[in-house]
Amino acid sequence: MIAYIIRRALYAIPILIGVNLLTFMLFFVVNSPEEVARLHLGDKYTTQEQVEAWKQEHGYDKPLLYNPEAAGLDSLTDTIFYTKSVRLFVFDFGNSDSGRNIGHDIRQRMWPSLAIAVPSLILGLLLNATLALMLAFFRASYLDVGGVVLCVILMSISSLFYIIGGQYLVGKLLQLVPISGYDTGFEAAKFLILPVIISVIYGIGSGTRWYRTLFLEEISKDYVRTARAKGLSEQWVLFRHVLRNALIPILTGVVVILPLLFMGSLITESFFGIPGLGSYTIDAIQRQDFSIVRAMVFLGTVLYILGLLLTDISYTLADPRIRLR
Amino acid sequence: MWVVLLTDFFLYLLLAGVALYVGFVLRTPHLRHAWRSVMTRRGGAVSVVALGFFAAIAILDSLHFHPRLEQPGAQVEYSNEILSVFDVLAGPLRTQVERTYSAPFAYHAHSKETRETPQGRIRVYPRLEYAGAHLADPEQERGWDITVRVLRGALLGAGVWGLLLLGVRLTRRLRGARPRAEGEAAIPWRSVAVTVLLILMLIGIVTQLAGAYHVFGTDKVGEDVLYQTLKSIRTGVLIGTLTTLIMLPFAIALGITAGYYRGWVDDVIQYIYITLNSIPGVLLIAAAILSLHVYLNAHADEYASLAERADLRLLFLCMILGLTSWTGLCRLLRGESLKLREHEYIQAAVAFGVSGPRILMRHILPNVMHIVLITVVLDFSGLVLAEAVLSYVDIGVDPSMNSWGNMINSARLEMSREPPVWWSLTASFVFMFALVLFANLLSDAVRDAFDPRVKR
Repeated sequence: MIAYIIRRALYAIPILIGVNLLTFMLFFVVNSPEEVARLHLGDKYTTQEQVEAWKQEHGYDKPLLYNPEAAGLDSLTDTIFYTKSVRLFVFDFGNSDSGRNIGHDIRQRMWPSLAIAVPSLILGLLLNATLALMLAFFRASYLDVGGVVLCVILMSISSLFYIIGGQYLVGKLLQLVPISGYDTGFEAAKFLILPVIISVIYGIGSGTRWYRTLFLEEISKDYVRTARAKGLSEQWVLFRHVLRNALIPILTGVVVILPLLFMGSLITESFFGIPGLGSYTIDAIQRQDFSIVRAMVFLGTVLYILGLLLTDISYTLADPRIRLR
Repeated sequence: MWVVLLTDFFLYLLLAGVALYVGFVLRTPHLRHAWRSVMTRRGGAVSVVALGFFAAIAILDSLHFHPRLEQPGAQVEYSNEILSVFDVLAGPLRTQVERTYSAPFAYHAHSKETRETPQGRIRVYPRLEYAGAHLADPEQERGWDITVRVLRGALLGAGVWGLLLLGVRLTRRLRGARPRAEGEAAIPWRSVAVTVLLILMLIGIVTQLAGAYHVFGTDKVGEDVLYQTLKSIRTGVLIGTLTTLIMLPFAIALGITAGYYRGWVDDVIQYIYITLNSIPGVLLIAAAILSLHVYLNAHADEYASLAERADLRLLFLCMILGLTSWTGLCRLLRGESLKLREHEYIQAAVAFGVSGPRILMRHILPNVMHIVLITVVLDFSGLVLAEAVLSYVDIGVDPSMNSWGNMINSARLEMSREPPVWWSLTASFVFMFALVLFANLLSDAVRDAFDPRVKR
């Protein structure tokens, strides 16, 4: 087990190097720092001096890969590639283009993201599993057919409509909760209720349908028939046999996104003005702050790979038939 | 003078591909059977008809040209503006531009204006320039006028439908109906006919109302919202289809090669797709679009018109979405080819000395096509939804382009006005919901018909 985890962690290195090279290519090779500077400085009539000053200020004035002027090891380290890309491996994200420390911002902003993501995940999981189990219990009845149709309808609505509709209905017409904003401590709860409810509702359609398929797959297996044949009640079969076995794919599906919860939800956070990592990313995209986007791409990749590793481990914990070698 | 924009070209290419595929299906018995079973499902049949309607608008909107300028001289000159056949058909929807916001079916503007009168300044709702302008006393006449127009439009649609039905009946009578094979389910013609009737009636009603009212109101600059949402269909359909068109060759080629050859080829291809897949999709798209911004900013002078620039951006968006979404299909195809290569008929082909590429083309590819088809149809609705979200984040299509994402984006501010401007949001909601819903229904039917794991 330990050996497996170490091996998997080693596998992650070439992937991270690949991601790093890819973002480096996108931001520095496809577009030279010169063009980036011109984009930031705005109009076409900026002078060469202004561009140079901007590059110097943000550390883009070094050569890309190899610095012939520096001596010894510095010829490799005193470059854009080293300062901007290699440093990411030790989670040193550097400063954003507006001069703030990205690592500090991330540590501060991940808590509001988690405050939304964790309750939505747990509530959504419970609600979807309950609804799916109900549909599976009444399978092939009008309730089941109607439920599936409703799921498809819910799935066909863009997340933006849920958010705008929810904000308008609950926040503006009924005036139950503030429309957007954030506060520290327990005061934050009133700002969190609406986004959590909306993300749960948004997930019902696809979640319930997917879990229902899992339950039905499990129901058609032989051991369920055996359980029924020996005279167990349908409820007992569903809760003790079907639910427990169908929970394996459900839980492992959850585990893979657990680390990504830190990243927050881009849309929800920016709509509700919650200062999490999702709105941080969106602001960076809209301000065209490349340093932050690069840092978030790297962080997201690390978390995703971590999620895959956790999934494999949780498989062995949940299903004794699987052994990791 | 006709113009072919880049995305138009790819759409034509796609249509040619679809035509070839349809021809192929008609010649291949098992594919014909599978598609027939798609059509025997009510959801499948209805959504094929409805999606056809959306596709027709998208295609009409993709036939672009420079309009000829009206000039007295003999010299023929063309305007710089690019119009589509759909714009011409939409006629009054495009040209009747009011000054600012107005509600659906309104004859006056949404907010009051100050007027100078002999009695002093008063605040009134100014009459609209086009909508309801034919009415002398709008307050009294409007309700009746709308009713008459709706009825006339519905009758017109029903009339066309009746003629169409008669034509179909007659041709069937003349050609003689083919006896249904044993165990073959009937295509739900009644549902198809009702869908066609509804669509025709809607078209009839809209054409009757369009010249006289703004059915979905007007937006901030007075443009008809119905026209905008109809134009957005092209953007949505293009994103849903071109993305898959662009990614398909890569996904198929890499997927089956990795699965068939295994070894280091497999390792390299797996490394590529795992790396791409590890980056969260939105962030990769953001990174790529941001560097495209820089590129467009640096080469701003090279594009003749705003439309061409927006078009290029749409194409790039499709490419980037394709780049992030091909990995899933590639993984599926690799797994399937790994399984297929152990089958006897492939072993036999190897023993006969058939070359690797030929085995891939002749034996593996046809046997993984059902996975490709299911993925393509399944991805469509997700891509249409993704466009809206991306445009909201400013990394979607060009802000000057009509798209549901851009409409929702502006609707966000409009909803916080007092009284709220709700019609942009409603119009984009209705059309987007319809497109995605029918795509979802179709993908369910296609999956049921083509996926061997689904029990029939």
